Amino acid sequence: MAWYGKTAHELIEAVSQRQASAVEIAESYLGRIEAVEPRVDAFTQVWRDSALEQAARVDARIARGENAGPLAGVPVALKELLCTVEGETTCASRILAGFRSPYDATAVQRLKAAGAVLLGKLNMDEFAMGSSTENSAIKLTRNPWNPECVPGGSSGGSAAAVAADECAFSLGSDTGGSIRQPAALCGCVGMKPTYGRVSRFGLVAFASSLDQIGPLTKDVRDCALALNVLCGHDPMDSTSADVPVPDFTRGLDGDMRGVRVGLPREFFTDALSGEVREHVEATVKALEARGAELREVSLPHSEYAVATYYIVCTAEASANLARFDGVRYGFRHPEAKTMLDMYVMSKTGGFGPEVQRRILLGTYVLSSGYYDAYYLKAQQVRTLIKRDFDRAFEQVDVIAGPTSPTPAFRFGEKTADPLTMYLSDIYTISCNLAALPGLSLPCGLTASGLPVGLQLLGRPFDEEMLLRVAHCCEQLRGGIGKPPLA
Amino acid sequence: MSQITVEDVEYIAGLAQLEVDAATKARLTEELGKILGYVAKLNELDTRDVPPMMHALEMRNVFREDEAGPSLPRDLALRAAPSHDGQYFIVPRILDTDEV
Amino acid sequence: MAYEAVIGMEVHVEINTRSKVFCACSTAFDAPPNTNVCPVCLGMPGVLPVLNREMVNKTVAVGLALNCRISRWSKMDRKNYFYPDLAKNYQISQYDLPLCQEGFLDIEVDGATRRIGITRAHMEEDTARNTHSIGGGQSGVDFNRAGVPLLEIVTEPDLRSADEVYAYLTMLKQILEYLDASDCNIEEGSLRAEANVSVRPVGAQTLGVKTEIKNVASLHGVTKAVEYEIARHVRVLDEGGTITQETRGWDADRGLTFSQRQKESAHDYHYFPEPDLAPIVVDEAWEQRIREGLPELPAARRSRFSDQYGLSTYDAAILTATRAMADYFEATAACGADPKQAANWIMGDLQALLTLSAMDIRACPVQPDALAGMIALIDDGTISGKIGKDVLGEMFATGKTARAIVEAKGLTQISDADALRAVILEVIEKNPAQVEQYRSGKEKVLGFLVGQVMRATQGKANPRLLNDVLLAELRKP
Ligand SMILES: [Mg+2]
Ligand SMILES: [Zn+2]
Repeated sequence: MAWYGKTAHELIEAVSQRQASAVEIAESYLGRIEAVEPRVDAFTQVWRDSALEQAARVDARIARGENAGPLAGVPVALKELLCTVEGETTCASRILAGFRSPYDATAVQRLKAAGAVLLGKLNMDEFAMGSSTENSAIKLTRNPWNPECVPGGSSGGSAAAVAADECAFSLGSDTGGSIRQPAALCGCVGMKPTYGRVSRFGLVAFASSLDQIGPLTKDVRDCALALNVLCGHDPMDSTSADVPVPDFTRGLDGDMRGVRVGLPREFFTDALSGEVREHVEATVKALEARGAELREVSLPHSEYAVATYYIVCTAEASANLARFDGVRYGFRHPEAKTMLDMYVMSKTGGFGPEVQRRILLGTYVLSSGYYDAYYLKAQQVRTLIKRDFDRAFEQVDVIAGPTSPTPAFRFGEKTADPLTMYLSDIYTISCNLAALPGLSLPCGLTASGLPVGLQLLGRPFDEEMLLRVAHCCEQLRGGIGKPPLA
Repeated sequence: MSQITVEDVEYIAGLAQLEVDAATKARLTEELGKILGYVAKLNELDTRDVPPMMHALEMRNVFREDEAGPSLPRDLALRAAPSHDGQYFIVPRILDTDEV
Repeated sequence: MAYEAVIGMEVHVEINTRSKVFCACSTAFDAPPNTNVCPVCLGMPGVLPVLNREMVNKTVAVGLALNCRISRWSKMDRKNYFYPDLAKNYQISQYDLPLCQEGFLDIEVDGATRRIGITRAHMEEDTARNTHSIGGGQSGVDFNRAGVPLLEIVTEPDLRSADEVYAYLTMLKQILEYLDASDCNIEEGSLRAEANVSVRPVGAQTLGVKTEIKNVASLHGVTKAVEYEIARHVRVLDEGGTITQETRGWDADRGLTFSQRQKESAHDYHYFPEPDLAPIVVDEAWEQRIREGLPELPAARRSRFSDQYGLSTYDAAILTATRAMADYFEATAACGADPKQAANWIMGDLQALLTLSAMDIRACPVQPDALAGMIALIDDGTISGKIGKDVLGEMFATGKTARAIVEAKGLTQISDADALRAVILEVIEKNPAQVEQYRSGKEKVLGFLVGQVMRATQGKANPRLLNDVLLAELRKP
């Protein structure tokens, strides 16, 4: 049977009712991967053997009457930058080609402990730097809804694989929108939890104060199920928050009456494509019909978010990526004879152009004489952006708007000018700067059949509100169907 | 914020241990100049009394207790190294004058 | 022209903890290469640091002992530079908000006290060790020391001579040992001292060009290198030359410094706050808890030893040189031994025995109560001080008590005048020539006669009684 089309909660149900074995489900997904990968190219590695072994272990536990975990038998795939003992961890970069991590990321450990079956790893922009997955050193991933279009990025493989039913859900990482934007462009649900909700241990760092791991799922309930497993304090991550983790599935069906939904004036401007605006507005109108109260809010510093972001993230990245020097792991240029050669030749040969550009920018904004003008200034503006949200959340419970100004764009459309690509993240970036939770869910298809994403932003650690509103939207608008894959 | 020059690009490439050929240097000077020109819009804001947001969360005093735990087996520690001799990571000879 | 030297010190000490500063790897010194390592201290992709609480506790303790202001709010920063011994190619250190600031240490040189300003003391991580014994134009890197907690202590340019440098380092070392903050083993690299040396004409306000002396493997080496460097600066300037700002090494064999690296410009470390670690907030209560837990520090203990035990300044200084030595002395005195006697025995015979067997006083086989017991036997006349020396040697070798040794060997002193007189008369009779010499005024010969009696009694004669009786007998016509 074709289990691959099912959601995680349907699979969990099927396994617990003994309608399906974990192995049957895994085989169904592995078959699906084989069938559609030539068209999608989401996966960088498929772990057929270990996936089937894991599934068999889950089945054995169930046969013994043991609790096989909350995600028993659910096939999951991971973004290429999550450290795994299985396979390679390359960050889609030449500099880490063939790298095998000696440890599992905390998020991966948690999935394993929950009984999930790991299918393999997914393509991304090199070191998560990009918005189209075109910066991967491995391959191009195509949008399942249109092979001419990008899947978004940097978690493009994670979004495409879920949309193409190649895994029940996937993990991505979001530094400035890298989960939400590809989720929007591929028509799935993507959540960036509050900074500190999910341990970053084992997530290869891009920008430490912004990065967060999150799930990309087929529906909102799956998102809640995934968060139940992923969230929680980790002593290995000093920035992991020690706050209670609720059962995120419990509030899904909550009432919309009295829920105040904020619409930021600054998000609905000319930059927004007409079709995206229509679908987003139609969805929030439907929420209003369900009793939600719509209010216009203002986030006056939104226009500074992209500038702030590209200073903060490149500064942090320039230090985070310094470790790839060819000493302890990774690429060392075979012709490097001196120590200086080793650094310069390995880095120059190992990092792609976008990564090098960001390292240089980050080094520049931190270099002596420029720190105050750029880095310090950006961190001050970050405070202003955070204050905008604090004020807005005094009036509303959730903020709604578009995830991406446009639906999926074509390959090469934005690669010529880095700044154009950076500006495709205008709506997602401030959420990372302010350390808030953010969620994107599909809210319609354009006339040309491309998904449109609605973004919800919430108060810190109030993922429950996002899930509740998102779940209501999903019920109101129905699904967007499946992409036209053979 | 001043405009970035080719010399600036050379200097930061040196700090970052990246090699940029002449053509790349020219391209990067233009690209970075454009990005820096864009981020200069932050100067529109008066931030004199605004504290910087150094950490995403208001956390303090996150510590581990002083307890020694197991280390990695050496073969795993060395496994990914481009060059090792079973005991050490091997690198081109390090000279004192090399410090960069 | 007359010059004065201006010297500032930067000392890095490894702080005593069981585990590294950001991971749980052991800090043990002599492990085989790359065995005390984990993904965190190897700077593997995806790892994160978590700060060791004990590092903060010990840093605050050192800061308080150095009279520093403890920052209420402090943070860690990244110091960026490339070097193969730096796992992440940035060092987690502290930049503009060190945990300890603006302290001082009073040092004594030639009986005068000088106050040396402490600019700052900050936490950071140690780097890996490189070995050049690999051959083939290659080096090996061992990450066992990478991530060992390191405290960097920086002084104001307040030192004026090599002697002051020596005094500063000695006192700093003493304080760190008292606090159990560091082993301060300069040979094992757990204490590394760098001196910034410049000279200027006496009375000048501006500073001369400085050179930095690095990588010196002993305390005396640092002192000698500073001495050499001051003389070199003066010579160069007197000859009309100029000093180049540079880093210089110390060649201990040839006794000179040599140029290691010339700095064209200041380093650009592009520091920024470490986003992976939370700020450190040491509130008053925490600081107070640490202050209350501080041991009595060397200077205070020294003066108390003089006051309380009536020791000379010199003896008090020796006995407080290490906390273990001072504790040993006080424990001996607490067991009833006369403090001055105890001091003499500890500084003299006991120290000699320890030195001979290269043993630290903490491992001394003679416990303070045993030493006090031995001293008591001398006090009550059971044994002589001379026998005491032998007994102590025996105690050191066997761990037995003084009383047991004295009894087993029959070493009890002869304090019976009649018994002693019998031996003395015998000696007088056997040595008529010497007796005659004495009686004719050559009093020096008395020592020979005392020696003969001691020999006949196997040293057990009570010395004072022996003296009295011998003199009495010799004066008899
Ligand atoms: Mg230092
Ligand atoms: Zn370690």
